[in-house]
Amino acid sequence: MSTTDITKGESKETTSSKELVSIFVMGKKYEVPKNLTIMKAMEYAGYKYIRGCGCRGGICGACGTVYRKPGDYHIYVGLACQTVVEDGMYLTQLPFFPANRATYNLEAIGSDPEEVYKKYPELFRCVACNACTKVCPMDISVMDYISAIKQGDFEKATELSFDCIQCGLCTVRCMGEMSQYHIAQMVRRVTGSKIKPKASHLKTMVDNIKTGRYTKAITDLKSMSEAQLRKVYPEREMEPTEAPEDWKPADTTYL
Amino acid sequence: MPYPQELKELIKVVEKTRPERVARKKKNEEVPFLSLEERKKILDYHPDFREEGRREIKVGPSKGYRIAHEMVDMLEAKSRVNPDLVDLSQVDYETDVLVIGGGGAGTSAALLAQEQGAKVIIATKLRHGDANTMMAEGGIQAATKGWKDSPYYHYLDVMGGGHFKNIPDLVDTLVTEAPDVILWLEKLGCNFSKFPDGTLKTLHGGGTCRKRMHYAADITGAEIMRTIRDEARNRSQDIKVIEFSPAVELILNENGECAGALLYNMETEEYFIVKAKAVIMATGGSGRLHIQNFMTTNHYGATADGIVIAYRAGVGICFLHTVQYHPTGVVFPEQAEGILITEKFRGSGANLINIDGQQFVNEREPRDVESAAVIKECVEKGKGIPTPTGKFGVWLDSPMVDTLSGEGTVEREFPGKFILYKRFGIDISKEPMLIYPTLHYQNGGLEYKSTGETTLPGLFVAGEVGGGVHGQNRLMGNSLLDILVFGRIAGKSAADYAKSRSDMGILTLDHVRAYHKGLEDADIETDRVAPMLLPDYTLPHIKERQLTSCYVGTLR
Repeated sequence: MSTTDITKGESKETTSSKELVSIFVMGKKYEVPKNLTIMKAMEYAGYKYIRGCGCRGGICGACGTVYRKPGDYHIYVGLACQTVVEDGMYLTQLPFFPANRATYNLEAIGSDPEEVYKKYPELFRCVACNACTKVCPMDISVMDYISAIKQGDFEKATELSFDCIQCGLCTVRCMGEMSQYHIAQMVRRVTGSKIKPKASHLKTMVDNIKTGRYTKAITDLKSMSEAQLRKVYPEREMEPTEAPEDWKPADTTYL
Repeated sequence: MPYPQELKELIKVVEKTRPERVARKKKNEEVPFLSLEERKKILDYHPDFREEGRREIKVGPSKGYRIAHEMVDMLEAKSRVNPDLVDLSQVDYETDVLVIGGGGAGTSAALLAQEQGAKVIIATKLRHGDANTMMAEGGIQAATKGWKDSPYYHYLDVMGGGHFKNIPDLVDTLVTEAPDVILWLEKLGCNFSKFPDGTLKTLHGGGTCRKRMHYAADITGAEIMRTIRDEARNRSQDIKVIEFSPAVELILNENGECAGALLYNMETEEYFIVKAKAVIMATGGSGRLHIQNFMTTNHYGATADGIVIAYRAGVGICFLHTVQYHPTGVVFPEQAEGILITEKFRGSGANLINIDGQQFVNEREPRDVESAAVIKECVEKGKGIPTPTGKFGVWLDSPMVDTLSGEGTVEREFPGKFILYKRFGIDISKEPMLIYPTLHYQNGGLEYKSTGETTLPGLFVAGEVGGGVHGQNRLMGNSLLDILVFGRIAGKSAADYAKSRSDMGILTLDHVRAYHKGLEDADIETDRVAPMLLPDYTLPHIKERQLTSCYVGTLR
């Protein structure tokens, strides 16, 4: 059996299930195999994406989708590449939504929350309706990170907003008309660059490289033949997986 | 969908051997790593070694080179445009530096070019940031911990992973610039996972001798991409982004120098001419070509566009005969098929397990070795686990991570994958994942130097579209590193080049005419058109009904 016999490219997999369900794409009915994601179901129906499709793996935020189910007043959301179709699903994708983004100079500002408030005064228009959290396909507590920002707790906001894929669905629903995900992006960068402690070992290493500490060792490696390299390579000492952070190798010649 | 009963039964076999495997791991008693000879033997099972999977290219600068049919098909294809119909005197945009591609390499190149005073245009096929960078999960390598690591060891690891075929100058640049890239990202506000005192957390990856994989939970690439994209947006005065407008040809001048590119607005179907003093090719990889019919982890737009158009303009290719299959792609549930399961799971101790509950390979071998071992286990030994969709896979024993590092570790360290599986009714901190190798990375690509220069004056290369730094096989965490190291260098080199350039000459697409002639001379009769831009997942039953035979613009 060749390797290709047991693995098929993505194009083949959309034909797997024979059992069909009806979905309504922007109001128009299509019969598609159940078990497909919305994205693959739309491709099955004959759509070819330009917008509304990106990583196909749930991380890029290109395929935010809003849908309803028959006889149910609730609004449901999901990523088209991650959400499996259901019979009677009534959907549209929202591949883009105009959002307000402020330009700022990260180097010039400090960690004072006022810097963010100045750029995004609409933060304080939040009426705590929680529609943003309800609509988030990544189950992020959007309202809670907005409150954390308003309270000046940027580290908490960074943590709460970390899985944001910037699909913009929160912004679509916001009564205060803010673009939560752009605000969170600015906050995370302020946190990463100005609030969290710096890695001192990083600076040390960069300086050591600049002063040429490893230049000779690497020049020697570069001049080695393949045979010589094959000898040196297996001899390198392995840091054990379970070794503590301060583990040191026995041989320190090339450190 | 949750695991059906028959798989739940097989999971019990994994659970039975787990305590013993965990105990061994705690005593640092690993399944031995393969020797270089043993590695060589097992690689016979790697898809790269299937001769029927490839053929010689009959045209262009690397004529005679044997690479995958799918890639040759792209190179032995015609331009999307008839050069005679393009009026090159009507220039739509003029700029110092044109960056083709809006992923990590392109964006870091744009930032550095802008810092040198250049006006920059980024032309990208989808949205800014729609790229494999966004999807990279595991981490970014750099020797930042001087008490146990140095660029020397990083260099050796890179060479060993690439089977010692890597281009030494490129590797040198990669490993010595690495710590500075991490410092740059920290300064830009990228949130790496850290200890309370600021020390960066690091893990092992396949083929590393020191723990030097830096990460931001399990969305390292997304955190890096959204950070540098945000910075590019802050500099929108100088960095203009044109989305949904891939480059479909390079434009040269009468002296054979690169002088711009032809962009295609996919939404209006118009073509636009960009005249640029320097061009940076940063279009990424080619997983969506589905080489040898493999499923892929890659982004929708990974279709080898940059390789095609630079090759037509005379830039040679290298290392494209090797393709990276990531050992751990989802093979079940079907909805997630092909999706990458980060190597960090294995770096955190999760074993690969066959149907008998046995570990058949150390989980930290380089990717090609690991993939070959999985394929061998399924194809030759018949010890794969059959899926309900008629495929095979092996277990990645993720619950081990919780057993080794404490309950809650999987959910905390792998939030993205934890949520993904939860949607399908699978708790990966309690049940293992079913995986199979998936097409992941283009090891090779366009030939370039450590300055980013190519043989075509005015054209620079950065990131996955280039070949050489990873040799025949890339190690985990060296791709995010590659795109940023060489993105920054290409940005700077291109801006310097643009500054020194005064005469742009007369724009021409003669190289496209010549390439078409070359196809004719090689007796290649084809209606294939490249770059393909987007993969086609239209099914046969739809195609049968797409009967438009006269093309009349947007209303086909």
